[in-house]
Parts: sequence; C-alpha cells; structure tokens
Amino acid sequence: MSNEPGQIPIWRRYARFFGHDSAADVRDELDFHIESKIADLLAVGMTPEGARREALRQFGQIHEIENIGVHMGDKMERRQRLADYWTDLTQDVRYTLRTLRRDMGFTAVAITILALGIGANIAVFSVVNTLLLRPLPFPNAQQLTWIAPPPTKCGMSCATYSSDAFEEFRDMSRSYQDVTGYFAFSGPDNLHLKIGQNDPVPATGIDVISNFFQVLGVQPQLGRLFNPADARNGAPPVILLSNAWWKRQFNADPNIVGKTIDISGTQTTIIGVLPASFDFGAVFAPGSRYDAFTPLNLDQCRNCGNIVTFLGRMKPGVTVEQAKAEAAIIAPRLYFRKTIPNTIGNYTGSVVPVALKEYVSGQLRRSLIVLWSAVGMILLIACVNLSNLLLARASARSKEFAMRGALGASRTRIIRQLLTESLMLSAAGAVLGLVLAAALLFWLSHQGSVALPLLSTLHIDVSALLWTVLVAIVAAAIFGLVPGLRMSRVNLQEAIKDSGSGTGQSRKHERVRSILVVTEVALACMLLVGAGLLLRSFLKVVSLDLGFEPQRSAAVNVDYDDSVPNDKDGSLSAAKRGVIFQQILSRVTAIPGIQAAGTSDYLPLGRNRSWGMPTPQGRNPRDFNGLDSPLVYVVSPGFVQAMGMRIHGRDFTWDDGPKSGGVVLISAAMAHYLWPGEDAVGKILTNAGQFDHARVIGVVDDVHADSIEGAASWQIYYSMVQTGPNGARLVVRTTLPPATLATSVMHILKELNPKQTNAEFQPIQTLVDHANSPRRFFMLLVVAFASLGLILAALGIYGVISYSVTRQTQEIGIRMALGSSAGRVQRQVLADTLRLACIGIVLGTVASLATAKLITAMLFEVSPWDTVTFAAMAVALLAVAAFSGYIPALRASRINPMVALRSN
Amino acid sequence: MPKLELFRGTLDVLILKALMWGPQHGYAITTFIRQHSGDVLLVEEGTLYPALWRLENKKLLASEWGLSENNRKAKFYRLTPAGKKQLTEERATWEAYAEAVSRVLSATQIALASNKA
Repeated sequence: MSNEPGQIPIWRRYARFFGHDSAADVRDELDFHIESKIADLLAVGMTPEGARREALRQFGQIHEIENIGVHMGDKMERRQRLADYWTDLTQDVRYTLRTLRRDMGFTAVAITILALGIGANIAVFSVVNTLLLRPLPFPNAQQLTWIAPPPTKCGMSCATYSSDAFEEFRDMSRSYQDVTGYFAFSGPDNLHLKIGQNDPVPATGIDVISNFFQVLGVQPQLGRLFNPADARNGAPPVILLSNAWWKRQFNADPNIVGKTIDISGTQTTIIGVLPASFDFGAVFAPGSRYDAFTPLNLDQCRNCGNIVTFLGRMKPGVTVEQAKAEAAIIAPRLYFRKTIPNTIGNYTGSVVPVALKEYVSGQLRRSLIVLWSAVGMILLIACVNLSNLLLARASARSKEFAMRGALGASRTRIIRQLLTESLMLSAAGAVLGLVLAAALLFWLSHQGSVALPLLSTLHIDVSALLWTVLVAIVAAAIFGLVPGLRMSRVNLQEAIKDSGSGTGQSRKHERVRSILVVTEVALACMLLVGAGLLLRSFLKVVSLDLGFEPQRSAAVNVDYDDSVPNDKDGSLSAAKRGVIFQQILSRVTAIPGIQAAGTSDYLPLGRNRSWGMPTPQGRNPRDFNGLDSPLVYVVSPGFVQAMGMRIHGRDFTWDDGPKSGGVVLISAAMAHYLWPGEDAVGKILTNAGQFDHARVIGVVDDVHADSIEGAASWQIYYSMVQTGPNGARLVVRTTLPPATLATSVMHILKELNPKQTNAEFQPIQTLVDHANSPRRFFMLLVVAFASLGLILAALGIYGVISYSVTRQTQEIGIRMALGSSAGRVQRQVLADTLRLACIGIVLGTVASLATAKLITAMLFEVSPWDTVTFAAMAVALLAVAAFSGYIPALRASRINPMVALRSN
Repeated sequence: MPKLELFRGTLDVLILKALMWGPQHGYAITTFIRQHSGDVLLVEEGTLYPALWRLENKKLLASEWGLSENNRKAKFYRLTPAGKKQLTEERATWEAYAEAVSRVLSATQIALASNKA
C-alpha cells in the first residue's frame, strides 16, 4: 500500500467542478483496469495489440458494465444529495429550535398570532368547502336538480305542485332518470310516538314520494327503502327512521327492522334505518330536524292542491340548461287537476329546474366569499405582524448573521436558515390553528338552530388539511420574505459596528416597519368597516316592525280530536272544534300571568300556504290575475291579541260559527290594494277559501310572514270554527317568562285531552331568531374576525412604537437632559403613533370605499358608504392606536436621562 | 484442474476479504482473488465492478479517488464498519456450509431409519 487514497491531487478536486458525472467516473475506473491489465500482459511479453485484445477479452461485456455503472452512480449521487440536504435541514431545524427556545416570548406571541390567522382560514375554508366547493353528500350529486317556480310571495303553495302535475311531469319529461319529491307542509312535532303506557313523545316526520331515497342515491343502513307498493291505497303503514332518531329514541337497536311502533295511533312497521350521512334537514330544511320518513300516497291527496316539491336526477350527459328548456315546453301541458280540464296550463312558466346545489347554497355564495376575504385579510394582518416581529428580532440578530457570513456561510445558506425559521413558526402556528379550527367547526356543526344548509356536516377533511399546508407555506413566504431579504443583505462592517442606536441599518428597518404598520391598520380598517356595515344591518333587521311582537309569546302544539261520524259538510266537526277550543282557551287565559291566548294552524316565519286569490265583490276576478295570493291562516278568537298583532275592526268571536256567515281578517297591504282609499272593514270578498262570499271584519297590520327582510306578503285569516285548520298551535302572551307557565298550560291541556303529547313550549322569538340566524351567523363571524384584526393591528402599533422608543432611549435622554418635559416627550411619541394610524386609516377608508359595494347584497337598509359606520370605525381605530401608543409613550416619558446616557 | 464458476453471492465475500488489509482498486482485487485461489476460481473481470458498486451502494464499501502504484488515478474501495461485520458473518456462514457439505460427501454408510416414534 504505497498509496493512501486520502492524498487527492489538486486536479481531482476540480475534475468534477461542473457537477457530478457518473459516466466519466465509470469510464475512468474501467480504463484504469484495462490499462493495468495491458501493462501486466506487456510485461510477460505480449505485443501491444495482442495485449489490448486479451485485456478486453478477459474483461467481458465492457459496454454493458459501463451502463450499469452509470445507472448506479446516478442513483447514488441522488441519494447523496438528498442526504446532504437532510443534514443541512436538520442542522437548520436544530439551530432554529435552539434560537426559538432562547426567545420564548417571541416564539409564543408569533405562534399565537399565526394560529389565530391560520385557524380562522382553515375554519372558513371548511365552511366554504362544505357549502360551496364540495358536491352535495349524494352520489353523482351534479345530476340532481331542484324543480320549482321562480320566487313568489304566496309562500310554499306557489313553490309546490299537485299530485297530478307530479305524475304528468314525471311521465312527460325525458331529461331525467327519475323524478321524486316530498310533502312540503309537514310541521315540527307532527308525529306522536307512544311507547307502552307512557305519554306520547313528539317527533318530526315527513312524507316522501316512494322513490325519494333511490333518486338521491341514499342506501339504508339497516333494512330497506320504500317501494311503490308502500305508497298505494291500503298498503300497511311503514316508516323509515333517521339515524339520529334511531340512536336517540331506540338506543340504536340493531334488531329494530320489522318491529311495530305506535305512531299517532297507527301501528306502523319500521322497515329500515337511514345512514348517519343522510341529514334531510341539513340539505332541504336548514336548521330543522327530521326524525322519520313515511311514504307519500299521491292518490289520497289528489284534491289537496299544491303539496309536493319536485326533485329530479338527470340522465348522464344532460345539462341543467337542457332540462330547463324541456321543462319550459312541458309546463304548459301540465294539469293542476286532471279531472278539471281548465286547469291545464296553470303551471306555465312555473317549472324551472336548477342544480340542487344551487338551490341549497347558491344564495350564500356572496356571503361566503365575503367571509373568505375577511379571513384572508386576517391572515395578511397576521403576516404583517409577524414580519414586524421578525424585523425587530432581525435588528437584534444582525450581528449574529454578520458573524455567520464572516465565518463563511453563503447568502443562500443564511436565507435558507431564515426560511426554515419562518416555516417552522408557520408550521407550529398551523398545527395550533388546526386545533382552534377544529374546535370552532365542532361548535358550528352543533348549532342546530342556525338555518344554514349542511352545517352539521362540517368537519376538517383532506382538502382542509391541504389548504392548511398551503396557507402555512404562503404565510411563511409572506412574513419571512421581507426580514429574510433585509437580513441577508446585512452589511458586515456596519452590523458589527452598529451599537443599535441610530445607525443607517436601524433607520431603514424602522421605515420598513412603519410601512408594515400602516398596511396593517389599513387592512384592519377595511375589516372594521365591513363588520360595522354588517352589524348596523343586523341591528336594523332586529329592530324591524314585524307586525307582531315576538317577546313574551310562546307556542305549543295542541292535540285534539274533532272527528264526528257521518259529518257531511264538516259543520258538526267544526262545532265540536269550537267547543273544544273555547274550553281550552277560557281555561288557559284564566291562568294568572297569561294575558291572551289563541290558536293558529300555521305561525309566521314557519311553513305557510295559500288558497288562491279572493277578489272584492262587484269587481271582475280577472282584474286580479297574476297577483300572488295571500297566505292563509286558520285561527281562533284571541290569536291576533296573543301574537301582539294590531287590528282595525274586530277580532273573530266564538259566535262566528259554522252556521253564521263567513268572516275573514285581511292584512293591511291587501286591504289597501283591493279597496284603495277605502276602509275594507265591512266589505265583501268573493271566492275566499270555502266561502263564495265572506265579510271582512278586520284589517291587521302586515305581518312579516314568510321572510323578515323581504317585503311582507298578503295574509288572510279564517276562523277555525268556520274553516278546517291543519292542526293547532296554541299561542299565549304572558306577563311572566313563558317557560314558567309551561307546566300549568300543559296541565290544562292534558286534563282536557289525556292524549295530549308532552310538546315543548316554543318562544315565538325563536321563530324570528331562526329566520335571522344566517345573518346573525355571518355578522358574528365577520365582527369576530374584525376584532381579531383590530387586536393584531394594535399589537403591531404597540410593537413598532415601543421598539422605536427603545431605540431612541439615548436621544430622548439627551432631550430630557436639555430640558424637554415628560409631557412633551409623551406627546411626541403619541403624535408618531397617530401619524401612522392616520395614514393607515386614510388608505383603509379609500380601499373600503372602493370595495364596499361588493357587500351591498349582504346589507339591509344600510348604504355601503354609510357615513356613520365609516366615521365610527375611524374613531375606534384611532382610539385603539392611541391606546397602543400610550404605553410606550408613558415609558418614554419616564426615561431617566442619567441612566439613558450612561448606558451604551 | 478445470476452472470453477463462482456460486452466486460468493464474489461479494471474496471482495470483502480482499479489502481486509486496506483500500484497494478494482484491478488489485481481481489480482488478489486470482492469486489466492491458485488460479482455480474464474472471475470474469468485468463482473467484479457491478459487484463493487452494489456493495458500495449497500454501504458495505466506501470509495475514494486516489493515485495507483504507477501514479494513475484510480478508484479505491475500502471496507466500512458494516462491511467488516458482513465479512465476519459471511465467512462463518460459508465455513459452516462448506463443512456440512463436505461431511455429507465423505459419509461412509447410508442413513439409519430413526425410530423415535
């Protein structure tokens, strides 16, 4: 061994200067072998040509071996490079961990800020993803369409179709694999489950057309779905349970299929349990719960009018546009009732398919985009804040980096180090943010009463995780960039000399930091203006006059049996009903604390219906064609008072019975339209429900019956003693909190009817809250995000001003030594703060003015350029800025000139 | 005596053995094997290199460029600690194997039926 491989000649060091070359390495190695062999063969006396030939022969397949060598060499090289990279990375990571641990305060603040910013983004992304981006939770959901008329003011009755129209449409259309629907007028707690001798338990059920689940593509978890035979006349009653109800009411009994339960007095067979992934309310009736499903018998309800919604699954390849075009052709050929020839064409223009997804969440798109932008801004503010923190740290660390540079670290190596640091902070923030987001989403998904679709299906899924990674990386890039570039450009000389007081580097840093703070304030300003506008809209909505007073009113379902055998025209049962309710109401109003009581079959802001357009006597009914018919309520005497509605004329009395002439109450807008400039009380309406002629006995102020924010639709009220109601909700108006009276009211109801279920008392306010819940939901989120933005901005201002005070300690000390007063120093610092804040506010206001129009659709009776909001937000920001600047200002004014001058 | 083909995997252990005394280049390894096998083992010289690279890839060998005896650049291989360990193990296995085979081949009587049952 004369030669140690450690002695590498100088040329070798540069031989691969231009990168790795496996081919050359292999060739060199093999060449050496051949040459050595030749030398040996020559030594034993072969000729040069003979020796070469022999050497190659003994070697064998030289080209093949060369190829193998190149391939293996490249592979090893790649591995080597990766290993080097990892070594560097682990070095960087270990170094970062060490520095971050040394600076716990900074690390904690940075990670918290990032977690808030990233967490908000993950949560909102999940909401947006669930509501807008992800398909509905059904197989091939893009094929599903919702088929309904364009919006009207006559409520559900104008948004649904008759049994005949359903069958005709199903048979005539060619665009669909199948069409289905459900009964649109099911109310809450419409079923009574009786187990043994216990009191009946209320539950909410809905009738669906027998192919409903097949069309949606829902598979039962247990048992079977409905088949057409289940919906025929005389079919044995069957029921499907929702997964939640099965678990809650039946303890997830695995052998439930085939058992029989007493549902509202009928022995009903449970044929199956639906999967947990299917939530009817989440898709079709946000904010409501559905426990059970029963098959809808279309034959039994041929004369019920418009009762079913349409839902179709298009054939593969058919577009919504094609389905729409086809529906427009079919609609004029549909009958309302096939046996009445002149009802053909009732649905002209009223059959319009839209993508189901569009129906479910299309209206929320704008709100969600606003929400998304808001959290985007939060993230930007968080990044700007982090940038600022890192810059402050950078100044303190410039010597460290200058030293590393002097010791041979390349600029890229230093940038990489800084980038690792940013990424690690960001990753930690993302992990914590993920936890925050998961908590927030858990909370949101359990807000059962918020009328937003699909809320219960919120969770963090793979795409949310990918989004988290993306957000974390982008955030790291944004907040790491400025400090990174500044840092790596540190001038060695200057940094090492820099004593940290007023040299060029720090000045430059401070300018950058000021720009960052201004950006932050501007962003916070935009957020605050948006939140302010939404808050003001919400306050306007809440203070609207709804036409009734929801406070201190509550409603409860009343069970009653008004059936009378051989009752030909219904008058006997009407009379019986009158007796029952007169008794109930007189007993209930006698309870101390109850001011008024009355019943109605439907309540405002819940389900509703209409029965066509009554017209004034003596006018041509055709003059009123094309009007949206009034919503119908069948009420008892006292209801108007119990709801706190205002009436002109008189209320119904128990004397308005089945034998006396028809009487109605109508809403003010309707009265005004039918009899402009006249008093409608005492006028006669023709074609009012079952009456050819009905006398208007009172006019009630318009009630916001189908939406709070939309214009009120017309209403007409019939007496429950004259017209058959669809159930009865007892409304009580109380002087005490309604909950305290629930027991005594329930006691009376049970005493009068032992079959009465233990129904819950529902404050009328909850109806209003439910209708307002989407607006409240968005408003609260945006306000929360704006507050977060404000806090972050305040932190940013504080950080910059505080840093600048520290930096100027000496200067301030000198000024104070030369006679400047503490007050003056304070004023100076505050002025600096407010200057930054003002620039930010001006920029933010300009940006808000430019972008506010985008949220117009979310506002209610508030201009997007509402002066009050803009002014209030500017004042709020200035106040917060002044406060954040005040603490450092106070510190500045307490600087002891002697100490300040002596240090450093 | 005819030249013997190597059993699969035998070449690896021979290479490890050749490097036992220190770094060597490929040509020296072929020479070593030929000389010590008394010219009986036939190593097709070319096949040595893929074996070397494979061992290097498995981290049993490490390589470095250096100068040969006649001052030419050559690639030197040396045993890594893992390679040394591998050599000890392979060698023990090989010896046990060879001994077992040769014991069988030198048997003098047929197997007796065992009567354990």
